[in-house]
Order: sequence, then structure tokens, then C-alpha cells
Amino acid sequence: MGHTVTVTVNGTSYSREIEPTLLLVEFLRETLALTGTHVGCDTSQCGACTVLVDGRATKACTMLAVQADGATVVTVEGLAKNGDLHPIQRAFAKEHGLQCGFCTPGLMITAVDFLERNASPSDAEIRHAIEGNLCRCTGYHNIVNAIRTASAEMRQAASGEAKIAAEVQP
Amino acid sequence: MTVAANPKYIGTRVARKEDPRLITGEGTFTDDVMLQGVAYMTLVRSPHAHARIRRIDTAAAKKEPGVVAVLTGTDLEATGMLPVFIAVPGMNGSKHMPIATDKARYAGDAVAAVVADSRDAAKRAADLIAVDYEPLPVVVDATKALEPGAPIVHEELGSNLVFTYPVKGGDIDKAFKDAEIKVTQRIVNQRLIPNAMEPRAVAAKFEAGELTLWTTTQIPHFVQLIVALNLGLGQNKVRVIAPEVGGGFGSKLQVYAEELLVGYLSKTLGRPVKWTEERREGYLATIHGRDLVENVEIAAKKDGTILGLRIRTVANVGAYLQAFAPGIPTILHAFIIPGPYKIPAFDVEVRGAYTNTTPVDAYRGAGRPEATFAMERIIDRLADEIGMDPAELRRKNFIPPDAFPFNTISGITYDSGDYEPALDRALAMADYKGFEKRRAEAKARGNYRGIGISTYVEICGLAPSKANSALGVGWGGYESARIRVHATGSVQVFTGTSPHGQGHETSWAQIAADALGVSPNDIEVRHGDTFESPGMGVGTFGSRSLAVGGIAVHKAAEKVREKVVQIGAHLLEASPADVVVENGKVFVKGVPEKAKNFGDISMAAYLANNLPDGMEPGLEATVYYDPPNFTFPFGTHIAEVEIDGETGNVRIERYSACDDCGRQINPMIVDGQLHGGIAQGIGQALYEGAVYDDNGQLLSGSMMEYHVPSAEDIPMFNLDHTVTLTNTNPLGVKGIGEAGTIGSTPAAVNAVIDALSPLGIKHIDMPLGSEKIWRAIRAAGEGRR
Ligand code: FES
Ligand code: FES
Repeated sequence: MGHTVTVTVNGTSYSREIEPTLLLVEFLRETLALTGTHVGCDTSQCGACTVLVDGRATKACTMLAVQADGATVVTVEGLAKNGDLHPIQRAFAKEHGLQCGFCTPGLMITAVDFLERNASPSDAEIRHAIEGNLCRCTGYHNIVNAIRTASAEMRQAASGEAKIAAEVQP
Repeated sequence: MTVAANPKYIGTRVARKEDPRLITGEGTFTDDVMLQGVAYMTLVRSPHAHARIRRIDTAAAKKEPGVVAVLTGTDLEATGMLPVFIAVPGMNGSKHMPIATDKARYAGDAVAAVVADSRDAAKRAADLIAVDYEPLPVVVDATKALEPGAPIVHEELGSNLVFTYPVKGGDIDKAFKDAEIKVTQRIVNQRLIPNAMEPRAVAAKFEAGELTLWTTTQIPHFVQLIVALNLGLGQNKVRVIAPEVGGGFGSKLQVYAEELLVGYLSKTLGRPVKWTEERREGYLATIHGRDLVENVEIAAKKDGTILGLRIRTVANVGAYLQAFAPGIPTILHAFIIPGPYKIPAFDVEVRGAYTNTTPVDAYRGAGRPEATFAMERIIDRLADEIGMDPAELRRKNFIPPDAFPFNTISGITYDSGDYEPALDRALAMADYKGFEKRRAEAKARGNYRGIGISTYVEICGLAPSKANSALGVGWGGYESARIRVHATGSVQVFTGTSPHGQGHETSWAQIAADALGVSPNDIEVRHGDTFESPGMGVGTFGSRSLAVGGIAVHKAAEKVREKVVQIGAHLLEASPADVVVENGKVFVKGVPEKAKNFGDISMAAYLANNLPDGMEPGLEATVYYDPPNFTFPFGTHIAEVEIDGETGNVRIERYSACDDCGRQINPMIVDGQLHGGIAQGIGQALYEGAVYDDNGQLLSGSMMEYHVPSAEDIPMFNLDHTVTLTNTNPLGVKGIGEAGTIGSTPAAVNAVIDALSPLGIKHIDMPLGSEKIWRAIRAAGEGRR
């Protein structure tokens, strides 16, 4: 014991005393009981543990909790805002982008980060972006569809916001 | 009883009821179950593939802070043996204890268990256990294991031979005597590691004489049964819960050592116990799949007419027989080899062998992908030898549509089929006619392009209990369902199936909704809790859930509907024959304005003061449905590949499939099952393979060495369907869980070999990775020079 970390997770700040060897994914799952983030491997291959750390998709099994001291973390539990699902969540359901759902939180988080940086990706770019997130159920077909659908919805929402902003300008 | 003439929900893309909790992180998987005061179990696993256990020194481990218990095999004999549910004739079964006592028979065989307050403490203590091993000679290869003088895995059996399983029909000697052409091909169907994304996990607590055990399983009722029997508990005192399960593909179709151990330890230690598999541990200790070597010979006429098929197979079962292992290379493989073809003579013999490797059991398709692969490769080899178009060779030998029900030469009866339309649609989607132009264009780029076809028939809906029994399966093949309508009209469906991604909550709700005239949104489907479901459920495997479990739901819903009609007729003072149940209303035909609500009827069933004379109060029904036959889906898959002439890298450029699974309940889910299955089949064709060294060390021991396909490895899929109903069940459904895996592997491999055929290459064993292809191209090039 002896290490105190303060991490903001899904908008709430948590200070906890932890072992220095504790992984971020263990901190989220066991210390904070946020079990939506999963562990699928022990070699950083599967991406099931992906969360946003200061906005970047990060495999939470590759990082110690102490390294996240002061960081802002978003997990699958924090994607919806005020009960409204994030467009990526809606798109995964709409396109049947999940079956067992084990890989899904990690894939959605990776996609959220990716779509921040590439608002209108090609299918090849989508596939490249999620190459570090393995799914054994879906064959990726509908995951690619879901990310494309989400990107379209997010673009539309963004242009809608821009239009509203333009309209309210004096 | 048949499906409603105009089903409202069956056949539509109803959004999945499972998704809201899974996309928000609210689903509870086994490792998410947090129990107050839990202790953690870790197993010590043998690093040797074959070694006598001389002595185990646990003294230091016991002194480690936080350790609750350290136990070896002899301490744990009370857990009893691990079960095998199938016995084929003459089978030499193995004794399989959760913790080995005398010797370790594969690298990963558990030799001791540690329970501690934390995972770290358990691991530290495990490292302090000193096992004195006497290494023994190792056998990894199944064919070598059957040779005289091979190291014996189970000495008490005297040899490594598990079974010899013949399936014969027709006059095979005559077929080969009359043959104008014979083709022989040795085929290695390599060992695969299932890699469900969720590792296995078990958690248990024992309170007030009752054991509750959460586990990552496809068969919670079998786990309940075996845990109760082995631990000497009443079945009423063992509650097994399969919560969210993160994929299975056969790897969770077992009663595993860890389930017995965690159950036993939580009971004897009086404290909750949990175990979570690490992925590398899973590579060693969760079952593997496939691992057959087949010698395939076909006899034919020059015009392509098949005369006979002779196959000799050696199946590697690993170090112990697992739950369903004896049935995979035998029943599920040998019988279905003829696929969609008329084959007059058939002679298959499968021998199973113990080796010092991880046990092998069901992996998606389980026997059928191996069968289809052998058949579809030899068909392509034959087409090549006689210079016939592979599509036309298949067409020529198809069982004609008027021949159903069709008795195959292997002795089973196909329910229904119409194979040419599926072939033709797939050929059209694939632009098969235009292919040679694309091959020429690729050649101009310095690449090799090929197209590969696979036409398959598979067995689903396992199965009629009597047929199961005749085949040596030690348990019935029925499935159960209970539908409960509460007084207020809310509907619960309890199913014996145990989905882990297949969307049963949605499809079963669609089935029940159409029968009950309500919306799927008003129906809750519950599964995976042995204290909620009917007394026994068989579970989810072998693409059986819909054709057996879905039909049980349909039948239970029909029973409830019948009672709704009776009560409705009574309250409306009409004849039951005139009563309509739809859109949540019950009314007399032609007078919808005088309708009763569905909830009025259910309330009446429980108020019970105004029911037809002699009617029991309440509104629920339980059904155990035992099908009269298996079902036999079919289809055609076509892969088109381009091979980089420089690197040997294979890319699937186009993938087209036309599958026929009978009636579809939810086409969105059907396509999803196909996508995932095809990707796994492509994985076997191009990327995946477990590799052992001669000492029995698993070289492909983690996700770093074993290539689970990523999104960059897999193409988009073009899917189409034909619908040929089965009359095996009232909905005409067949099953789709494994078709993708069955159809895709041979399509992809046939495409690669077709691409390389201009170089004179006839066959390469899977996986067809770039290095292997590059070497083959070089060897062929040098050969010609
Ligand atoms: S758990 Fe697999 S990458 Fe983190
Ligand atoms: S949905 Fe099961 S692993 Fe992706």
C-alpha cells in the first residue's frame, strides 16, 4: 500500500490508496467496480480492456493505475450522457455489431477515439483502426458497418450543431 | 400446429433485446461477479508434457501470508472424475481427475491447487510449490502414438488407441475396380485454439447448505448435474448460473476441472472461491479443436460421376477424453462426409489416439468442417485431374431435389434440400463467369488470383434422444421451455438453451410473440440459471438451439395460446374456433371492437372465479421437445483470393455465400452468425494453427504466436439465402450457428490452390500463411526451371 492516486473516471474524481503493481484495468474493475471494461488476454493483444485515458484509446492492461494519477478516464459506463446513448452505442446495436458483447466496450472506445481524429473514414481505415481489438463472434463485418454508421450520424450532428450555431449568430 | 400463416415477428430483423445492457457495460460476465470475502484459486500446472509426479512439497507455500489452502490431487479425490458424455463402441476411456495424481499427461495438466486471500498471494504461493517430476518420453503426433513402441499416455489401457470407428455403405471394392480415375490426397486438418474472447472463469459460494456457482458455460444444467453428483449434493442444492458468456464455440461445452474444484473448495472452506483463467493458461487448459489427419481417396468416372469414397482418419484426442470428444471425429464427422453428393460406395474408418497434448473436443462445427473440408478438397482435386469445372462437377453429383427425404450411403436421412439454386445464386454473386478475366488482370500485376467453391450439407438440431442413444450419446437430445404469463399479462420465457452471443432472448421472444399475439417487447426471455429454468436444459451447441430449444418455446407458447383462446371464448361467450388473438387483444372474429386485453385474460386465469368448467387456474406451460430427426442445412460458399507474387500473402478479395437454414427467425442474427462463422473458417484456412514441439511444449502458446484474425485479415461478406423448409419441426427451421465455419475453410483453401494451380501446385496444408505460400511458389518456380 502507500500509493494514493486520484483519477477522474466518467466525470467523477476518485482518490484511492493502491498497490503500485495494480494495473489500471484492475483498478477500474476491482477497486471501482466498473466491470464493463474486460480482460481478454495477458499479452496486450485483444483490446477488450480499452478505455480513454485523457482522450486517447488505451489498453488498460498495459498501464499501471499509478501512471493514471491525475488523468481523466472514460470507460464504457461513461459513454452515454444523461441517459442518451453515444452514437457509437446506438450504431453497434442498430448494425448488430455485437454478439456476446465481450469485446464491445473496447471496440466502441477505440472507435470513439478514432472518429474524433477521422470523421469520415473509409472501410479500410476503419479496419486498420480496430486492428488491435479482436472479436471472435462477428467476423467484423457489422462492426465496420456500425463504425461507418456512427461516423455518418456524428457528422450529421456536427453539421446540425454548426448550422444552429450559424443561425443564432446575430 | 404450424407457424402462423402471416407471422408478424418471425422472419423480421427485430432489434436485439440483449444489446442495451451490453453496450452500456451493464452486462454481468462471470469474472464480474464480486463476492464478499472471496478467496482466489490458482492451479499449478505441469511444465512437462509427460512426467511422473514423484513428490509434491507444499510446506513453503502453506506458510505464505494470505494462503488459505494448498491441495494436491490426493487431497482432492473427493471431487470425482471429469465426465465424458459419449461412448462409441469399443472405446478405451481414460481416467480424468481434476488434479492429476500419478502423472502429468500434457503441459498444462493441473497438479496442485492454491487458495488465498488475493490473486497475488495465490500466485506467490503457487511458485513455492516444489514438484519432483520424472520426465517421461513424449508423444505429440497421433499417427506416431498408434505405432508400436510409442510412449503410452494411459498405461492401464495398454495402448493409445481410443477407438476404431468404421462407417461403411455400398461396394467400395467394386467402386475402385470400376473407376476410370482415382485421386488420393492426404489432408491435415490442423489443431485450432478456440479463443472465445472471454477467458473461462468460475465463482462459487456455499451458504445454508446450498451451492451457487457462476461459470462461463454453454451447458449450465450439465454442470449442475455433475457438480451435484460428484460433490454428493442434492441437485436441488446446486444452482448453476451462466450469466453473460463471452463466446464459446465449443470451448465452454464441458464440465471442467475448475468448475468441480471451485465448487468443492467453496463448500469445504466455507468461503466463496473464484478462479479466472489467464489467456496463456487457457491456451494450455481449455480444449482445442480439430487435429485430424485424413487419407482421402475418390473413385470416379472420367465424366465426373463419383463412384466411391474411401477415407482413413487418425484423430488426436489429446491427453484425456473430454465431454463430447468421442463423438466429434466419429458421429459428427464420418456420417456427413458425403455432403450434398450421391455417393454409391463409402468406406470410412476413424481411429482416435491419446497423445501428450491438450485435450481436443468441439470447436465450432465440430467434425463437420473437417468432413466438408475433406470432401470439398478431393472434389477440387478430382475436377483438376479430369479437367472439369469444379462448379459443374459438384452440380453433376448433387442429390436431386426430388430425392428427399434422402437416405445417405453413410446411413442418415436428410430432411430436405435443393442444392442447385444455392449454387447458382452464389456463382452469380461471385461473378464466376467473369473470373478468368480477373485472373488474367492479376497475372499482369505479377499476382496469382484464384476462385474456390465449397458446397456443403451439415447436421444440426442435435438431436432425437433415441438416435443419440443408438449412437452412444449418453444423454437425451431434447430441449425445454417454460412460459409463464403473470396475472398482469407480463410474459416470461424460461429456456434450457444457454446462449453466449446467439441472441436467443430476441429470437425466442419473436417466436413466443407470434404465438401469443403480443409484441416481443412484452416478453422477457431468461436463461442460464438452473433454479429458474425447467428441470433440465441441454444447452447451446451443435446449432441445436433453434431447431430444438426454439421449437420447445414455440410449443409452450402454443399451449398457452390455446388456454388464452379457451378463456377468451368463455368470457366473450363465443366458440373457441372463432376467437382471434393478436396485437395484445383477444376478440371474436369480425368484432375487434369488443376485444378483451391479453391482460384481462391472464387476470381471469389467476382470479379463477370465471373460468370454463374444469379448467385449472393459472397461465403457464412447460414443454420438453424431442425432435424426430436432425436437420440438414446446406449452401454454397465461394472465395476469391489474390496472392501477392512477391510475398505470398493471400488476400480474400471477394466472398459470396448462399446458405439455406430453412425458415429464418431473425435474418439479422442469421447473417451475424454467418459472418462470425466465416471469419473463423477463414482463420483456419489462412492464419490459425496450434504448434507443438516434439517435447509437447505448445509453441503457439499465446495470442502473440497464435494468429486470431483481426479486422484487417477479414473481408466484407456478400450473403444470400434460399429457404427450403424442413418438416422435422413445425417452424421449418434448421440452424445456422456453424454453417459459416463449415462452408468457408474449403472455399478459401480451394481458391488459394486454384490460384497456384498454373504452377502445378495441387495441395498445401493449412494454414496458408504467406511464408508457406512463398516457399511453394519458389519451389514450383525452381521445379520448372
Ligand atoms: S486485456 Fe487484452 S489487450 Fe488488455
Ligand atoms: S461480440 Fe463476442 S467477441 Fe466480439
